Amino acid sequence: MIIPCFVVVPLAASFCIILFARKSNNGAMTLSVLAGTALFFMSLLSFVLVAENGGPLSYATGGWKIPWTIGFVLDYLSSFILISINTVAVAALWYSIRYITRYTDAWKYYALFMLMLGGMNGFTVTGDIFNLFVFMEISLLAAYALVAFGCEAEELEAAFKYTVMGSISSTLVLLAIGLIYASTSTLNMAHIAQNLPLVHKPLLLFVYGLLFVGFGFKAALVPFHAWLPDAHPAAPAPISAMLSGVLIKTLGVYALIRFFYHVVPAPENVLNIFSVLGAASILIGVFMAKLQFDIKRLLAFHSVSQIGYIILGLGLGTPLGLLGAVFHLLNHGLFKSLLFLNAGSIEYGLGTRDLREMGGLNREMKSTAVSSMIASLSISGIPPFNGFFSKLILILAAVQAKQPIYALAAAAGSVLTLASFLKVQRYAFYGEPAASRKSEKIPFSMNLAMLFLAGLCILSVVLMIPGIKEQVLDKVVDNILNRQDYLEIIAGG
Amino acid sequence: MGLYLLCFILFLVGLYGVIAKKNLVKIIIGLGIMSYAVNLFFILIGYRHDAVYPILEKGRHAARMVDPLPQALILTSIVVELAVTALLVALAVRIYEKYKTFDITKIRRLKG
Repeated sequence: MIIPCFVVVPLAASFCIILFARKSNNGAMTLSVLAGTALFFMSLLSFVLVAENGGPLSYATGGWKIPWTIGFVLDYLSSFILISINTVAVAALWYSIRYITRYTDAWKYYALFMLMLGGMNGFTVTGDIFNLFVFMEISLLAAYALVAFGCEAEELEAAFKYTVMGSISSTLVLLAIGLIYASTSTLNMAHIAQNLPLVHKPLLLFVYGLLFVGFGFKAALVPFHAWLPDAHPAAPAPISAMLSGVLIKTLGVYALIRFFYHVVPAPENVLNIFSVLGAASILIGVFMAKLQFDIKRLLAFHSVSQIGYIILGLGLGTPLGLLGAVFHLLNHGLFKSLLFLNAGSIEYGLGTRDLREMGGLNREMKSTAVSSMIASLSISGIPPFNGFFSKLILILAAVQAKQPIYALAAAAGSVLTLASFLKVQRYAFYGEPAASRKSEKIPFSMNLAMLFLAGLCILSVVLMIPGIKEQVLDKVVDNILNRQDYLEIIAGG
Repeated sequence: MGLYLLCFILFLVGLYGVIAKKNLVKIIIGLGIMSYAVNLFFILIGYRHDAVYPILEKGRHAARMVDPLPQALILTSIVVELAVTALLVALAVRIYEKYKTFDITKIRRLKG
């Protein structure tokens, strides 16, 4: 069975690094790059396996029957998220090979990285609500420690803020889990969904509220976004790429989809809150981003804005809206992690993150300039690139759902994003070099990781070609909308 | 019902501590109180009046038992909280080394 391997491989890698590769940075690096590459191919394979099976696969731990044990579930949705996670992870690991030599004790970095990856993969495949909490805490603990990895004053401050905010939201999720268990007497997610009619209505509203705030914090939706612009820039660049690219989507967006579409299906008015907050995130995120001159902070605010698009698509709840949301989820993972890696190589080469101290980099850092141009065009939604299609679908979905205000917000957000990235391009890559700057050569492995992601930004457009779209994206959307399939197959064992 | 209410009040006391206190250590204690309240809530869920402990021994009949599952969950969640608290305390010590204060109003190099 492939399903438990998604948890076993990264956790085993992490423990092996701590046990055997202590103090050996090269050993730790080899082990985690191998594990990351293996996971990348396994995640691609998992989608094929689900397609062959024609529906969700499940795995029961310990040889017990499913409602009484922790069940792992692999359906189109979780497989899609796994592909997104492990693609970004493998690029971040290749990038780390040289980048992380700037820090001391790189083996600790790799051990924490694999722990975070294991937590995220487990979170995606688990079908047990308490197990979900445990995997969430595993990945968050590693993320807290990685944000503070540099041990500078700002990094510690950001990590403390992130840890406190993260713990509050995790406690709220745990409280919701307790309430769900008390009223349905089960922890299996499919079983909960079957027992849901037993739950008292006002209690269910309270559970919605707790889950929404808890996972909304993880997704950095607008009223809960304050930790993100501090925490994401403070981390080393590959970790920023992982946090902004996939962690907020796995722990936030995936959990919101799984809970509000499958486990405790949300009524219309809860989905409306999604749309309103999504539209607010788009606009507030992009306005704040325009004011920044620290390149990583600017990118972090754009993450808030782009998460808004995904949540807006979820809130619309139509097949078209969900199609846009899942496609944008994959695309944002690719281009935002690429942009953070670009910012990391600029910092590696120049030693600064301030846009005003750069300039003229397109002559010295060719790969960085090219890949950053591709990523900027993708995130701003310029036609041949992947961001254009997902944003177009979301805007069309909003119009189709007779919500022109959301369509307008999404379009305005897109234009402002373009303006903001033109500023990045102009300050960093064009114009005259700032007077007192020096630059270093970017190592090959870092360029390779960036060009790999840039290639994927262009390549992921093939998912929109009719024929391929029906096989991949439409399957994921059907999976989200067909709640009954999820219930039956898992509860049946 | 009264017990659940008290448990919820304890949760709010912890939340107040996290939000209103200025000292890093007090914030950590506030988070601890919040988690204790949730743990207590789980134990209350499993509690049955006039029930026995959930272990089947020789010469004992199956009787009305306390639900053992929330107790098992709480053991896991206590371990998780221990790890988070240890990390927070370690961060607070390092922050004190850098800023020479525990006051969050003076720890403000990040803004925006």
